Amino acid sequence: MSAEAGYKKVFGRTESLKNNPTHYCPGCGHSIAHRLVAECLDEMGLREDTIGVPPVGCAVLAYNYFNFDMVEAPHGRALAVATGIKRARPEKFVLSYQGDGDLAAIGTAETIHAANRGEEISTLFINNAIYGMTGGQMAPTTVLGQEATTAPGGRDPKLHGRPIDISLMISHCDGVVYIERCSLASLKHIRQAKKAVRKCFQAQVDRLGFALVELLSPCPTNWKLSPKDAWAWVNEVMVKTYPLGVIKDTTGY
Amino acid sequence: MPSEKMLMRGSHVVGEAAVRAGCRFYAGYPITPQNELPEYLSARMLEVGGTFIQGESEIASINMVLGAASAGMRAMTSSSSPGIALKQEGISYMAGQELPGVIVNMMRGGPGLGNIAPSGADYFQATRGGGNGDYRTPVLAPAGCQELADITFVAFDLADKYRTPVMILGDGLMGQVMEPVVFPDPLKVESLPKKEWALTGCKGREPRALFSMLLNVNALYEHNLHLQEKYDEITAEEQRWETIMTDDAGLLVVAYGTPARIAESAIEELRAEGIAAGLFRPITLWPYPTIPLRNLAAKIGKVAVFEFSMGQMLEDVVLAVGDRAEIYFYGLPGGIVPTPSDIALFLRSALKGDGKVGRRIET
Ligand SMILES: Cc1ncc(C[n+]2csc(CCOP(=O)(O)OP(=O)(O)O)c2C)c(N)n1
Ligand code: SF4
Repeated sequence: MSAEAGYKKVFGRTESLKNNPTHYCPGCGHSIAHRLVAECLDEMGLREDTIGVPPVGCAVLAYNYFNFDMVEAPHGRALAVATGIKRARPEKFVLSYQGDGDLAAIGTAETIHAANRGEEISTLFINNAIYGMTGGQMAPTTVLGQEATTAPGGRDPKLHGRPIDISLMISHCDGVVYIERCSLASLKHIRQAKKAVRKCFQAQVDRLGFALVELLSPCPTNWKLSPKDAWAWVNEVMVKTYPLGVIKDTTGY
Repeated sequence: MPSEKMLMRGSHVVGEAAVRAGCRFYAGYPITPQNELPEYLSARMLEVGGTFIQGESEIASINMVLGAASAGMRAMTSSSSPGIALKQEGISYMAGQELPGVIVNMMRGGPGLGNIAPSGADYFQATRGGGNGDYRTPVLAPAGCQELADITFVAFDLADKYRTPVMILGDGLMGQVMEPVVFPDPLKVESLPKKEWALTGCKGREPRALFSMLLNVNALYEHNLHLQEKYDEITAEEQRWETIMTDDAGLLVVAYGTPARIAESAIEELRAEGIAAGLFRPITLWPYPTIPLRNLAAKIGKVAVFEFSMGQMLEDVVLAVGDRAEIYFYGLPGGIVPTPSDIALFLRSALKGDGKVGRRIET
């Protein structure tokens, strides 16, 4: 499309994403989260300095989609691996991208301690309230009443314990400079999520400390909902347990 | 220039040697009997502009090493037996991702929490994998402070050369004992061989990814064949062992690490009585010096194995020697450190074949 013909480019591929089709289900929040990460890295000129750590979870193959250096971490250990990278190469931009099982169950210790040490790492926390990759088992973040293959009849606090709000928990750590919870389930929400991702990245560029964006992310497949109903479930049900908004911000931006 | 002769304890020796070998990243979690190593490095890394992290666990620590290694650093972690058990997942990932790194295990008694006395009970864990999957870890077993210093350099070189985690296997006694050491020349970090696979940000090149997951069965098959080729090469090229006074020996003692030091003194005691015994000391426990041991054992005809476990390295001796020689075994678990005279009793009994100390192993 040439400018002479009166067209101007308003949307295109981001350089930080490879030209590969993803394996994510239709309506999955991971695709949107990838796009947000990529747009922000492009806009901030960070791609060539980025070293990313994908999780074990549905985004385990993220290195097939992200167009920058990446190293796989064992399940839950992304923030320990990211700590090693950032300390070894403090001048690089280090990104940890994790699901809720990864970050808030098996990796809880790594999450809390990386946050508390104030590691200068940007973390994307994809909370879909379920174990996506393994097929819909209860996650630490599964909300009360929500069906899971290991919580038949819905999560019952007496049987299964309560959902964990790890973002709120780690916001009490001094090393944490910024935490915001956003939804990926409407255009308006996605625009807000992008602002949060940018801010989370800027905090690392300015070497302020640990920053995290929690993204409430639809998993239509394991929620057994259509993509459209999954969006509604995020914004109507999930937000009651995980209210949207800034949880902590000492960045001064 | 090599250092002057210094009197140092084993744990400090490893720390100093690691820094001199270009290691600039250490992460670990406290556990006795190896705390002197992280304590030493917590100060020493600051002096050389390196990183020391006291991780929140052994799991976190090995994964920090994985991260630093992926970014091209010479990186190390250390622990003792229960902590090494926790590191196995990370070691398996590093093997799968072909990431270099050095893991030090100053073994203590087990199973479980066991005790903090010297042990050789992690031999299987170290040499047979420990973590999941078809992988091998080179295992270096020094027998004293000077060798600890030298072998730490070897460990980092092997790790980089073959892109593999490498384990240094000592024990609680070795970590504590003070001996004179001369350190090799410090290496310049900038002059270490470039790592063309390391993650440095993709400026001017295609992005790199380091991973162990290969969902496609053919791809994982190929990856495992590739790893096996590497392990075959290591087996062919990197076996290390020492023999002492074996030329005229009528009994071949096989021991590694601290037990080998005790065995050496026991052999001297026998020699003073006119009994000709010799020592075969494996230095690489994987790859095990199978053929050299086989040839020597077949020539001498009688083998006496002594270790700080109920018979773990023994299995490698049996694999090597088979029925080419009589094999006698004496194992001491639980952290009991025998005197050379105790071991001399076993060796005399093995020579006679009277079964009074230790036992005959049928093959
Ligand atoms: C040590 C270990 N335990 C369990 C698993 C199996 N496993 C793979 S992904 C996963 C959970 C994924 O859930 P989540 O982190 O919420 O990410 P999602 O797939 O929902 O994006 C589990 C339990 C594993 N790979 N490794
Ligand atoms: S299972 Fe859920 S989280 Fe995984 S790709 Fe499908 S929709 Fe996304």
